[in-house]
Formats: sequence, C-alpha cells, structure tokens
Amino acid sequence: MDEKLLLDLKDLVVHYVTDSGTVYAVNGISLKLNQRHSVGLVGETGAGKTTTALAILNLVPEPAGVIKNGTIHVDGNNVLTMSEGELQKIRGKDVSMIFQDPMTALNPVFTVGEQIAESIRIHEKVSDKEAMRRAVEMLEIVGISASRANDYPHQLSGGMKQRVVIAIALACHAKLLIADEPTTALDVTIQAQVLELIRSYREKYDTAMILITHDLGIVAETCDEVAVMYAGNIVEYGTLEDVFNRTKHPYTEGLFNSLPNIIERRSKLTPIPGMVPDPTSLPEGCIFADRCSYATDACRRTAQEDKWLSDTHMVRCSRYQEPNFNVKRKIER
Amino acid sequence: MSETILEVRNLSKFFSTKKGLLHAVDGVSFDLKAGKTLGVVGESGCGKSTLGRTIIRLLEPTAGEVYFEGQDITKLKGKTLINFRKNIQMVFQDPFSSLDPRRTVAQIIAEPIHLHKLAKDKADVERQTLALMDTVGLAHRWHNTYPHQLDGGRRQRIGIARALALQPKMLICDEPVSALDVSIQAQILNLLKELQEERNISYIFITHDLSVIYNFADDIAVMYLGRMVEKAHAEELFRNPVHPYTKALLSAIPVPDINRKRKRIILEGEVVSPVNLPDECRFKKRCNMKCDKCDNGEPTLKEVAPNHFVSCWLND
Repeated sequence: MDEKLLLDLKDLVVHYVTDSGTVYAVNGISLKLNQRHSVGLVGETGAGKTTTALAILNLVPEPAGVIKNGTIHVDGNNVLTMSEGELQKIRGKDVSMIFQDPMTALNPVFTVGEQIAESIRIHEKVSDKEAMRRAVEMLEIVGISASRANDYPHQLSGGMKQRVVIAIALACHAKLLIADEPTTALDVTIQAQVLELIRSYREKYDTAMILITHDLGIVAETCDEVAVMYAGNIVEYGTLEDVFNRTKHPYTEGLFNSLPNIIERRSKLTPIPGMVPDPTSLPEGCIFADRCSYATDACRRTAQEDKWLSDTHMVRCSRYQEPNFNVKRKIER
Repeated sequence: MSETILEVRNLSKFFSTKKGLLHAVDGVSFDLKAGKTLGVVGESGCGKSTLGRTIIRLLEPTAGEVYFEGQDITKLKGKTLINFRKNIQMVFQDPFSSLDPRRTVAQIIAEPIHLHKLAKDKADVERQTLALMDTVGLAHRWHNTYPHQLDGGRRQRIGIARALALQPKMLICDEPVSALDVSIQAQILNLLKELQEERNISYIFITHDLSVIYNFADDIAVMYLGRMVEKAHAEELFRNPVHPYTKALLSAIPVPDINRKRKRIILEGEVVSPVNLPDECRFKKRCNMKCDKCDNGEPTLKEVAPNHFVSCWLND
C-alpha cells in the first residue's frame, strides 16, 4: 500500500549552550514516518529523545536550546521556518504531544473539562458550549465518566490524569501524536489500560505516532519501526523485525542483554560497561567506542556514517563495512 | 538447608487519617531464610514500602510480631533497638534524595561507622570507608566529591556502601534500581547478587518491576491493598500464577520479544482507597473472576501447592 509521508526530519542538530559548555544534544539525525505508522524512539537518559520530539513542534527551550541545522517537514511544511502564528495552528491540531508526567502537565486551577475544551476552542471555530460538549465526549472516549468533567486535576488519580492529558492531545484528531514516555509514571496494570486506549484510538483515526520510551517491551507491542538513540545519534533504525530479530548495532545488543529477561531466569545480567559519554565533550570517533567490545582503533578515530543494510534497516557502525562482521546476539525462539 | 533468619507474623500497620483508618499493611506473614531473597511486588499504594519500613521499625507496627534470629524485635527499646539495627540496613529508591547533599562521599559512607563507634581511630575509619568503596566498585578518587557531582548509578553505589558499613545480615532494598537506566540497572543488580553470594546476606527486595524481581528473587510475594495475595517461588509464580490479580499483573508486563504474542488481561478500574475497607475481598471490584463467595469477607492465605500460598475464595 502506498502510504503518505507525514514526517520528514533531516540532519537535525540541536545544541544547548550553557555556562558550563555546549551540550551536544542531537547530532545530525534523520527520521521519516508514514501516515498511520508508529516509530519508537528508544534510548537511555540523555540520548536526545525528548529534544528531538520538542524540535518537531519547534519547542526546543530557548535561549539555551539552538537548532543548528536540519529541516523538519510535517505534512509537507517545514516547521523550523514557520512563524509563531503558524506554529500555534499546527501545535495541538496536526501534531500533538503527550508529556511524561501527568502530575505537572495539567493546570491545577482549571477543571479537566475546561482544559480539554480549550484545545478545541483554539483550533476550531465552535461555541464554548459545543467545545465543552466535545470535551465531555473525549473524556468518555478515554474512559472517564462525564460526571468528572468538573473535577480539578488533584481530584483524579495518576492514571486518570494521564487519560485527561491524552484526551487533550487527541481532541482535535491530530495526524501525528508524539508520546513522551506516556506510561512511565503509571503502574503496570494502568499502563496496559493506557496503551490499549492509545492503540484503539490510533486505529480509529489513522493517527501516526512517535513513541519515546526506554522500555523495549512497550516498543515491541506498540510500534512498527524503531530508532535506537545514543548520545544524540540514531545508531540503529529498522522495522521491529530488523531491530529485534536481526540486531546489528553493538549498543542495541547491549540494551537487550542488560534487560532482566522474564522468559529465561538467569543469575547474572550483562550490563554495558562504563557510562554514557559527557554530552559537552563527545569523543571524536564513534560515540559508543569506549563501551563497545567490538571497537577497533579505527572506530575511535573516525566518525561513523549511516550504513543501510536493506531498504528498511540502517546501522551506524563502520565495522559493517567488513563483509563478515556481525554482533553475537542470539535470538531464542 | 539454611536457617530462617526472619519470621514476620500478622504484621499490620494502620494510619489514622481524617477519613478513617488506612490499612497500609494488613496481617502479612512470611519467613525468610539466610542468604535468600524475598521479592515484594505490587502497585503504588499496596503497602510494600510500609512493610519494609515497619520490619526495621522505622515505623511502629500496629499489630503483629517480627522475629529476627528468633528474637521479637517489635518489643526492643533504647540501646538494644539501636544495636539491633546493625543487623538490618536499608537501601532506598532515590539516590538523589537519600544522600545528604552537604557531605562528601566518604563522610556519607562513614556516618554509620561513627554512629555505632565501630572504628578505633581516624585511620581506621578511612581504611573501612575505602574498603567499602572497593566493595561496591566506587573508585577511590570519588571519596572527596559530593553526591550531586555523580550520576545515578554511582550514587546508588554510595547508598549500598553506606548500608554495608555495619556488616548487616539483611538488607531491605526499596526499589533500588527504579531510578536507573537499564544498562546501569544491570550493573547494580549484579553487584547486589555478588554481595549476597560473598556475604550470605538476606534481601527483602521491594519493587514494582516484575521482570527485575523474576531475575533476582528466590520467593516472590504479591501485595494488593496491604494484603499478601500470593506467595511462591519465583519460577512457580511466573509459570503457575493462581490469584486473578497475579495473573493480570504478569500478563501486563510488556515483553521485549516480538516472537511471542500473549493474551493480555486488562483489569478494569483502579485500586480502591485503603481507607475504611468493606468486609469483602478487597480485589473484588477489579477482579475478572469474581463470584458470590467474594462477599463473604476477606479470604485467607491457603497453601495450594508446596510453598505456594494464595488468598482467594476460588481456592477455598
């Protein structure tokens, strides 16, 4: 099926200029996403996942954050050259975002109904009454009874607050939903409810999604494609099948190996040695070389380039220029 | 066969609130053997942290007994209580807020040594502190830095070194890896495992992360609203869960493997308030297998298979 390209992000570079040095948060990443598809942005703290998401809405916090390079086209329009007025029109309408922490994402002095209605009133020419009617409808879609519309955020539990945040994000039927760790603050049974809610809604309205998470389990269950990020780079990209079953990058391999596995009970885990490099002084060559068991002297000297192994599978590791190189990860079936 | 180091009997901790009595921990009993790990899992508000804190009497129990090496520690007072605390130490969840920001790494680790007067002189404190830093894999060069200069993994190592300073026989770890990234989490879990092998320390390991606990614990206790609803060996619990809550909890874990698709049980609703509970099974409102019996008060823990305990009317 021929699907429309919804997001085209090219060579994005974002720095944060601070008193204690320049933080190289995002260092030249490219990402494409088709309509209806969902991509998982996976990586650890400081990998640049959230900065990437904020850049898509042109919301990188100023003045520290500077978009140094790159283009981001959403539905054909470059968000990085839009005026503030134009941006206001697409934020919450074409592209909307679910933030990680539902406790701080809501305004404590407005009722949840008002907060959902606000988003509808801004983007669509409807009366206050109509906006409120639709807000209540949205509440019911996310599984909260209409009688709670006049409640304030503090009267709701964590799971319900996150549902309200989702209701706000979905109220104008966005084409692209950016979900930044939407379930990290929630308990596992509530997480299951929320993921199911997002899934059924996306199916109904053909919404594309960028899901930011550190949990490979959630990616396996909700995404079509995966981008693994490390120190501001996408080090591996591919379909679920590519990344989970034909893992190529040593960092991706390390992530899988360090997970406690619930299928096989083992006594020892295999952590990745060392730590993420300091983002104010990234190494010259491969950013992962210091922690990589496959690294050669050449890796430490030369910066890495994207290598496409198939139409869908990219790895940023120069060892794959050698014909027989592969990581050792075995996939149990 | 190793000896039982800890016996908890009908331990309860209630808090009085404006709205009524909050049942944080409600009649929990279990045994723990020396050198073994009991994992305690459950969702926010199920009482798992309160259980840990009540066992070492950071909180006073409302009812019940805790026997450590045969001695009832709920009765201890004054000096004997302080001396007893050397036996059980705690590792906290948040390595950002559980360390004093105005003390250096070495001062933090040495504090329990000073408090319990376990060193002969200054040089001895220094020697013990550096030895503890070696044990948890902290380079000596960090001894004069402050916690905020270190990352989460190293900070958690400080917390562990401090807990080990008194050479405890038992550690209560309250979500020790929840604030850490997976690659660092694995380092800390391995460290705790090595310490257990070397020193035969017993652990009570409190977490909401089921995949971590499966890997780490010998026995697992599942808690819901202050009650232990199921307890069994880790392998048994994951293979043959019996309680409807355990089943739902296990099915809700996202598995990082696209070759296995599982049927998920999605529970309805949310945890009810633990204040003024009605006289019925407290899981009834969310249970997908509820029946008429569930109105007949709280079910009690029954052994359904060797060392496998379940509290559910379906097994009564």
